[in-house]
Amino acid sequence: MNPILQSFLLIQGVLIGLMTLAGLLVWIERRLLALWQDRLGPNRCGPFGILIFVADGIKMVTKEDWIPPTADKPVFILAPAIIVVTALLSFAIIPFAPGLVILDLNIGILFFLGLSSMGLYSTVLGGWASNNKYSLLGGLRMSAQMFSYEVFMGLSLMGVVILSGSLNLREIVEAQAGMWFVIPQFLGFLIFMIAGLAETHRLPFDMPEAESELIAGYHTEYSSLKFGMFFVGEYVGVTLISAIIVTLFFGGWHGPVLPPFVWFFLKTSAFIIFFILLRAAIPRPRFDQLLAWGWKFILPLALLNLIITGAIVLARGN
Amino acid sequence: MISMLKTLWLVFKHAFHKRVTIQYPEEKAYLAPRYRGRIILSRDPDGGERCVACYLCAVACPVDCIALDSAEDEHGRRYPGMFRINFSRCIYCGFCEEACPTYAIQLVPDVEMAEYNRQNMVYEKEHLLIDGQGKYHGYNYYKVAGLAIGGKGKGEAENEDPPIDPKSLM
Repeated sequence: MNPILQSFLLIQGVLIGLMTLAGLLVWIERRLLALWQDRLGPNRCGPFGILIFVADGIKMVTKEDWIPPTADKPVFILAPAIIVVTALLSFAIIPFAPGLVILDLNIGILFFLGLSSMGLYSTVLGGWASNNKYSLLGGLRMSAQMFSYEVFMGLSLMGVVILSGSLNLREIVEAQAGMWFVIPQFLGFLIFMIAGLAETHRLPFDMPEAESELIAGYHTEYSSLKFGMFFVGEYVGVTLISAIIVTLFFGGWHGPVLPPFVWFFLKTSAFIIFFILLRAAIPRPRFDQLLAWGWKFILPLALLNLIITGAIVLARGN
Repeated sequence: MISMLKTLWLVFKHAFHKRVTIQYPEEKAYLAPRYRGRIILSRDPDGGERCVACYLCAVACPVDCIALDSAEDEHGRRYPGMFRINFSRCIYCGFCEEACPTYAIQLVPDVEMAEYNRQNMVYEKEHLLIDGQGKYHGYNYYKVAGLAIGGKGKGEAENEDPPIDPKSLM
């Protein structure tokens, strides 16, 4: 088959798959939260309530799309687009299966880190542009959280890079054929997961949103499809972080019996479900606790992890 | 950190607990017999209206949702000519039931009263009056009251002695 056509089909497939998944995740999350809270969750619309995301979508599209008169209009409109675009773009470097990758980039991890930092601007800008005190507080919190957690997000991945000797995600997955990196890099995995949670501002790190304190934080003023884009961006972000964790620490597509893509899908799903369980179980910390914990505990831990991994690899190399 | 893992495990175990949701239109929640729901007007065991139009319920009502006017039949028996409850105002406090001297007005365990049109929340006497006795069986106000009305003279009520002419004692 024509390589251009092939990659075009792949891109379409990934896009459609991700958008559907983001919609479905709304339903999955609500059902799972209900499961862990002894409730039933949405179960009326369609089989097991699965069509609730269609109903949600229709509602979202047909709502009035309102922009506050005092808002900074261009930035306000731009903000929700950034999060969706960056989250979707990041999937270009994820190797779903051998040969099934849109962009086999040799600086894959850097590309991912860059785009995830870009994505955070969406919430900061959205909070700033809304001209609303709650949104502004949400934006401020996001920027502080972004600076503190961005630092060790990159550091936690460097252990994997040292072990595999590559920034290319495909080569990292191939390097895990013998042993998943979660075993030598367990600390790195934990730190990356925490940073990833903070990056997607999911509970328990949803300080920028914090309904009980800030109404809806940075997207208080957003309505209709703009709000929907924040929503889709968040769920795509969760999928992305799960996919990256699987790729970097859990051997990507490696696994017995089942075809590689199925393994990748199963592992990613397991992490998405784990993130939802975290949301159901862990309460939100105070904001200063979050920052102090990030700078005083996680960052030194990440540095230590990096130094020890480097030392071991160096000693073995000699 | 350990406590967080414990929390996670505890919450995860809840997946196997019994659901507390009641799937409403198919399954209904249990409402106790004395639940304060829809208001009805009951009848006595003989099929007569219990209400004597004393206005106590209307006075007791904190939101003024009860309106009635009294009438009297040819036997001198009082009954409400019009009885109207505006359920869009009613707060189901049950004060009317407490105030009622004849057990006529009662709150029953029925909460399915939603309407699309607010005007439909106004219930007239024909909507309120039921054929049964409601929660209090066998009670007939005029049978136990000392009041003389058509068909029942003084001293003919239950557990009531005939009136004694005090002059006969002298």
